[in-house]
Amino acid sequence: MAYHLGVDVGGTFTDVLLIDEDSRRTYTAKVPSTPSDSSIGVLNGIGKVCERAGVDPTRIDYVMHGTTVATNAVLTGKGARVGLVTTRGFRQVLQIARSFVPGGLGGWVIYNKSDPLAPLELTVEADERMGADGSVVEALDEKTLRERLEHLRERGVGALTISFVNSFANGVHEQRAKAIAREVFPEDVPVSVSSEVIPEMQEYERTLTTVANSFVRPEVSRYMRNLREELNRRMNEVRLYILRSDGGLATSDAAVDLPVNHLMSGPAGGVSGAIWISRQAGFRNLMTLDMGGTSTDVCLVQDAAAQTRRETTVGDLTIRASSVDVRTVGAGGGSIAHVPELTGALRVGPESAGADPGPAAYAMGGEQPTVTDANVVLGYLPGSTRLGGEMNIDRGLAEKAVQAVADALGLPLQKAAAGIIDIVNENMFGALRLVSVEQGYDPRDFALVAFGGAGPMHANALGRLMGSWPVIIPPGPGVLCAYGDATTQLRQEASQTFIRRFRDTASAEVGELLSTLAETASCHLDEEGVDRADQTVTCQVDLRYHGQALMLTIDVPLEGFAGDGLERVGRRFDELHEQLYTFALDEDKEIVSLRAIVQGKAVAVEAREIESGGEDPSAARLTEETIFVDDGEHSAAIYDRARLRAGNRIAGPAIVTEMDSTTLILPDHVGEIDRFGNILIRPAAAAK
Amino acid sequence: MPAKIIQRNDQPFRPVEVDSISLDIIESALKNARFEMDAVLFRTAMSPGIREQGDTFPMIANHEGKMVVGQFGSFIYGFTSSYEGTIEEGDIILTSDPYGVDGAISHANDWLVLMPMFREGRLIGWASMFGHMTDVGGMSPGSLPTGATENFQEGVVIPPVKIYRKGELQEDVLSLILRNCRIPQWNNSDLKSLVAACHVAERRCNEICDRFGVDTFIAAMQELLARNYRAMDQLIRTNIPEHRQSFEDYVCDDGNGYGPYKIACSMWREKDRLIFDFEGTDPQSMYSINFLLNEEMFKMFAGVFLIMVFDPQIVYNDGFYDLMEVRIPRGSLLKPVAPAALSCRNHALGRIFDVLGGLFGQGNPDFLNAAGFSDSPHFFFSGYDRKGEWFQVYQIGFGGIPGRPMGDGPDGHSLWPSFRNVPNEFVESHYPLRIEVFETIPDSGGPGVHRGGNGLRLGYRFLEPGTVSVHDDRWLTYPWGVRGGLPGGRSEKILVRKDGSREYLRSKQDNIRVEEGDLLYFNTWGGGGWGDPLERDPARVALDVDRGLVTREGAKRYGVVLRDDLSVDDAATEKLRGKMARQRGEVKLFDFGGTVDELRARCLEETHIEAPQAPELGRRARAGT
Repeated sequence: MAYHLGVDVGGTFTDVLLIDEDSRRTYTAKVPSTPSDSSIGVLNGIGKVCERAGVDPTRIDYVMHGTTVATNAVLTGKGARVGLVTTRGFRQVLQIARSFVPGGLGGWVIYNKSDPLAPLELTVEADERMGADGSVVEALDEKTLRERLEHLRERGVGALTISFVNSFANGVHEQRAKAIAREVFPEDVPVSVSSEVIPEMQEYERTLTTVANSFVRPEVSRYMRNLREELNRRMNEVRLYILRSDGGLATSDAAVDLPVNHLMSGPAGGVSGAIWISRQAGFRNLMTLDMGGTSTDVCLVQDAAAQTRRETTVGDLTIRASSVDVRTVGAGGGSIAHVPELTGALRVGPESAGADPGPAAYAMGGEQPTVTDANVVLGYLPGSTRLGGEMNIDRGLAEKAVQAVADALGLPLQKAAAGIIDIVNENMFGALRLVSVEQGYDPRDFALVAFGGAGPMHANALGRLMGSWPVIIPPGPGVLCAYGDATTQLRQEASQTFIRRFRDTASAEVGELLSTLAETASCHLDEEGVDRADQTVTCQVDLRYHGQALMLTIDVPLEGFAGDGLERVGRRFDELHEQLYTFALDEDKEIVSLRAIVQGKAVAVEAREIESGGEDPSAARLTEETIFVDDGEHSAAIYDRARLRAGNRIAGPAIVTEMDSTTLILPDHVGEIDRFGNILIRPAAAAK
Repeated sequence: MPAKIIQRNDQPFRPVEVDSISLDIIESALKNARFEMDAVLFRTAMSPGIREQGDTFPMIANHEGKMVVGQFGSFIYGFTSSYEGTIEEGDIILTSDPYGVDGAISHANDWLVLMPMFREGRLIGWASMFGHMTDVGGMSPGSLPTGATENFQEGVVIPPVKIYRKGELQEDVLSLILRNCRIPQWNNSDLKSLVAACHVAERRCNEICDRFGVDTFIAAMQELLARNYRAMDQLIRTNIPEHRQSFEDYVCDDGNGYGPYKIACSMWREKDRLIFDFEGTDPQSMYSINFLLNEEMFKMFAGVFLIMVFDPQIVYNDGFYDLMEVRIPRGSLLKPVAPAALSCRNHALGRIFDVLGGLFGQGNPDFLNAAGFSDSPHFFFSGYDRKGEWFQVYQIGFGGIPGRPMGDGPDGHSLWPSFRNVPNEFVESHYPLRIEVFETIPDSGGPGVHRGGNGLRLGYRFLEPGTVSVHDDRWLTYPWGVRGGLPGGRSEKILVRKDGSREYLRSKQDNIRVEEGDLLYFNTWGGGGWGDPLERDPARVALDVDRGLVTREGAKRYGVVLRDDLSVDDAATEKLRGKMARQRGEVKLFDFGGTVDELRARCLEETHIEAPQAPELGRRARAGT
């Protein structure tokens, strides 16, 4: 009998989910997170869930884990002191970057550029040169390189990056430089090589991505090592897998070598969890809305698969690593509302009160009006709710803060609060449009799944703006991510740059290359003990019209590719180009890269069903309060989510509270509880 | 005879009140639409100038043609008042004729697409976008000939024509145009991309109307303009004095041995109106450095500059135009008379921003920036490769952002919005070039409390024989420093032949024959320094030296003495700074690095290039004035 475990480490809580693979029974536990060393929280959680389930930890075979250790290292700037080796003449590649100054015409007046992630004083050059075609133009001067590396060692670096020009075409010099660096540096200084991390053209992006890998590597290694040691002490030969930014699982060894692929591990867990719970509820096309204190993540999911893109953005850093296509806007519960004097316009965010001092209503010293304060003023966060079971809401302080905005706008208090909510919803609406309408998808074909502390309060309004129904509010946002971690498959990618025009290329040749890539990826999964029968292979071709900068990724089956594979890819490309950009061209197409993705089988876990009841939800009713919604005051019933039963129907306006979130159901809408405890909100007219 | 706009439905829009929240929402929806226009174009375009460097500008205007979101201000009023014909649903206008649109675009490389947006038969606004085409024919590859004396030599010039008529592409017109371009498939694809971007704007505006109603949409556009008017009105009253202030700067030469050309501007306030007068600007050039400056566009430049300097919160649009008046003498460098050549206008266009900085800043030294990288230098390389295929490279150069009250200027960056350098690996993969050096030039940033950014050095190794053109400026006059800050380093172009011999190229020079193995150093200029360099934190100077951005010798210009291990010798530094302060005397508001006469006298010795002669007054200029 085997067990496996999903673990999600959030800012406040660590959620753990234990799955009995045979009986499909699940057990959950929630413990406080331990930010100084999050492995402690993880181990506490594991202890608690095993105790609750009466399971001996040694019977756990797999631990699947979503982690924000790498993300936090970037966001807090607390990564390694990174040394960098470039080709001669390119030492300032990060200093110059792409020469881009943000902010439009005149933006340079106020733009202050931050220092490179690998300090220029720790960047040295290697005398070597590779041609764009992969031919050696100048051999690597090993002696000089060794001297320069020794100099770097004396200055003290915590991680080293090697990134040479045109190494995407031939990585031999980088490999040789790596070998020398291994001799020069002690073992605990990891060496990252650009042609291994991301063998793609564009020296700035490749260098930056590899430097980012170096930057987070020591921190991630330390965490993984601690966690693995502790897990091994308590369990028998447990396998530890880490969720990658693209939603696949990687071994913990891969995570230690290429942590740059895990910067979005946290959001990917949320998206995976949303996919999983929605699939149970019968929805495969959805948009996710994860609204926290300072920002909101959104993602589009088609046929139960998240859109991915070949880019990851964390804070100010944008790098070339695949990630679920999560778009982030600086709109959250802590976003601050203000009215600039000159224009008299109402602005919300991107400045945030964060967790400290937090919204005024938290009574922790915050005075500026936030989105949460507006929600309090409108009555959406009743005084009786306790945030995370700990904090009280001070309505008086919220009103005082929002009043300042109301005065500046010359509006009554509640109107101003409603304005703040409308504006912040609009910002999130913009992000949702970005992943849907602007990619050629009709949002009315998608359900909207909301989680995160603040998401369920805004979701109904956003569903109305988008025409996306139902709005799905899953139970327990934290454990949702743990479900996501635990139900994801092992995934291995193999890719290669292959720049060639269609007119010079035969389907047979590409088919053969794709087979080789698929075999490479499969071998990795073999090593992880995944049966070939349980492996599924997907192939992708990135292409464009010859001369364009864009790349569109087309999925193709490997079978039969040798025949007319390219023609099929070409036709699909034309269609997609037209869908996205309104036109197709009669130009020759060009392949940019080829990729094979092999996935293992997912663990089939079913969501826990809740008790069913009739349509009448009154058993869960706590009280009634007056709220301000849709331009007027309404009496709204307040419900306790834990006491709702499957089949209950809640007519809006209503508020449903639970420990870590609050759901608002608007007038003329109905929230129906399904058998898994999801609240499905639809317009009353449609819900009958 | 103004354009006649044909509407199926001429019911007037109903005046409605727009609540302030809806207004904010519509504003952000319009801003998003504008960024989406950019995104569509960057992804689908083929000219590297557009797709990699972002040389393109979108706009959404209201039904009266006033820009509500965008960058360079609207020219639509000028267009509709001079276009003789009808405009109806499905029509799309294409033009590249600067003289035909009063300078809304200023050279024929910029193809401008203009699309009226209709809803239920009524005109609700305009979408427009222009992008720089890599080639539009004419006497030199890249279509920016330094030696041109007439607009006719600068490639195909497209007067405002309907490239789509009621939704139908006018294939014959397009083929006539494309026949005159060296890489027609790029122009064709880029045109389709520009049109696609305008369609995006149209779709988004219609969606806003679906949501809020068309009357609200129209009223909101009006109110956004009015909101901007009110903000700018206050900004002008509180920041601009009534007395006359003047500032001058120069374009160094015209590439044909004449220069420098003076750009002079005076500014004063009359009650709530801000007047700009370019009296004193040199007459137009015989050659192609003329810049046909559209008055409305200049208002936008000035407005944006005011906003950025004094209150970056304001969203800019055309709303404030009535608050400014711009006077440009006809026949001058900034208002040349047709058919004067215009293609190389980028130097004067860039220099306008230095002039603006000096004008606004001298009365408000707290907001004064130094002179920056006010240009977009060009590099061209073309020829036939060994397979007999035509290649044509066009790249924009980058340089030092000036020292500013906000801080140091970034090294090797762009003053132009959305411009990016082309990845060198991309260049090497597609063209017979190897980039051997890609670095900023130490000490080229002007010393100051806030250092100017360094200029950029690119070393191009030619792998095939071909023809090169270089277009740059600030090789004679300096990027000036302010408030004690020193000028930045000037530009330089050095060609090292395969045999090791070195040639100093002129700053603007076409048709330079290069052979396989030759190496060109394309060195741009740095930004001026801001504030007294003797007051810069010595530790910052030491760090810049450690980083190779300033040399050990260069540190002395800050009065900083470093030990061998690059630590600061405090005692020696204090002594040196004291001595330098005494020798220098009073700190100057501007440091131009010398008068024009002084610069001319030192020219050959310092730059290895003969000093240019004072510009000749061209025949046509005289005829025009």
